[in-house]
Amino acid sequence: MLIKKPQQLTENAVTDWGLYQRRREFLRGMAGVALLGAGWFGQPALAVSPRPAGDTTNSWEDITGYNNFYEFGTGKGDPARNAQTLQTSPWDVVVDGQCARPGKYPLEDLLKGMSIEERIYRLRCVEGWSMVIPWQGFELGRLLKRFEPTSQARYVRFETLLDPKQMPAQQGDVLDWPYVEGLRMDEAMHPLTLLATGLYDKTLPNQNGAPLRLVVPWKYGFKSLKSIVRISFVEEEPETTWNRLSPEEYGFYSNVNPEVPHPRWSQARERRIGEFNKRNTLMFNGYADQVASLYAGMDLSLYF
Amino acid sequence: MPVLSWLKRQTASRVPVWLWLLVFSAGLLPLLHGVLGVWFHWLGANPIEAVTRASGDWALRFLLLTLLLSSLRRRLGWGLSVRLRRMLGLYAFAYAAVHVLLYLWLDQFFDWAAIGEDIRERPFILAGLLAFLALLPLALTSTRTMMRRLGARWKSLHRLVYGAGLLAVLHFWWMKESKSDVSEPLWYAVLLGMLLLERLPLLYRQWSGRSRVRAASGPD
Repeated sequence: MLIKKPQQLTENAVTDWGLYQRRREFLRGMAGVALLGAGWFGQPALAVSPRPAGDTTNSWEDITGYNNFYEFGTGKGDPARNAQTLQTSPWDVVVDGQCARPGKYPLEDLLKGMSIEERIYRLRCVEGWSMVIPWQGFELGRLLKRFEPTSQARYVRFETLLDPKQMPAQQGDVLDWPYVEGLRMDEAMHPLTLLATGLYDKTLPNQNGAPLRLVVPWKYGFKSLKSIVRISFVEEEPETTWNRLSPEEYGFYSNVNPEVPHPRWSQARERRIGEFNKRNTLMFNGYADQVASLYAGMDLSLYF
Repeated sequence: MPVLSWLKRQTASRVPVWLWLLVFSAGLLPLLHGVLGVWFHWLGANPIEAVTRASGDWALRFLLLTLLLSSLRRRLGWGLSVRLRRMLGLYAFAYAAVHVLLYLWLDQFFDWAAIGEDIRERPFILAGLLAFLALLPLALTSTRTMMRRLGARWKSLHRLVYGAGLLAVLHFWWMKESKSDVSEPLWYAVLLGMLLLERLPLLYRQWSGRSRVRAASGPD
């Protein structure tokens, strides 16, 4: 298990945002990997997310050099090569739909009062590979509550930036831009669902979805969209990019499920980046204890 | 054209040793790149995926080069470049064999039940397997002895190369289709299409020639 039960978390278990920012400046020169084991720093973060037994955190190079971010090209190395054109500051996020406090919010305002914590999560790509990533971020639900969603808000729809000048591959038509993803309200409010702003105690690199990205660790990686510019509270299940493109291959839910194969390959096993042998893929990517109840009574081969 | 006559002079009677060596060593470069790349970590975060992809890419590239050499041979009258063609064809087969082996070993770890399921359930795997199986008899009958022994049938047998090419492109296409990016297989499809089109008149002549013969020998 990657994190303790959410109810065991307390506010004083996490680092204050301001303190966190100063610390990052102080630590900038240090190797990120060493931080994980560093006692004085690691205390609060490790209390939240002990590295699970048998899971080794992937290297900074792997996490930032092997990405799917089609806005910068379809090759795994393309995002790292091409993403410098992305301007992450200033950054606004539009919040709209079924909520009491819609508006256009500068990123700084969104982050104000959000305590940033570390979460070490497994990431399972629908293509059959996986990594273990030390994210910094905050629970999406805590942000969403601020906008006071109404009872009509049943889903949350997210949009990635659309700007072919900054995201050169958007000049092509590999996907329908902008990239859209969505979660059911209870999935969005789940304490495992994270909005990430950093990894390895560094600002999130552009190729990993700077400045703000979703991380839903029990779903295939493509659900965790990057560089978010719009969050909408909606009544109906939103049309999402890959689902619209190929509904029989990519479901709206896309929960990690070893028993439901992708039409073109099995999902029973995965290659952990850096490992030779394949691992068995775990139901809900190993987070079944926390999230299986969200889908009680649903036929997961139908709602894949 | 002086370039053409120079090329003809170079290759009309026999393949010069330097050319043979050049093509032979060039064919080993992708293998060398893969081996060194794995050893020295050039291939990024997922080297197994990288070498699997690369071996498939090179199988297809050598297959197209083989067909291209045949076209050039016919158009330019390159005599014994049939030796070079054999080498390119064998490279296509060798890289395809590496590709299949990497799939069986590092993708499936010789889990034959899973492999069987993959072949039954996934058309792109089946297409790839059939492409490889089509190349197998061509590699086995590539020796001069087999050419002599099979005579005219050798040529018919080796038309399987077109099937292998089509299946290989289809295999690549269906794989990339799921990632919404068929730009690469599209290139191979276009090149293969051009090489097949170039052969159409030839095949048509052979076909109409045969039907004339059949008509002539039929009952009056």
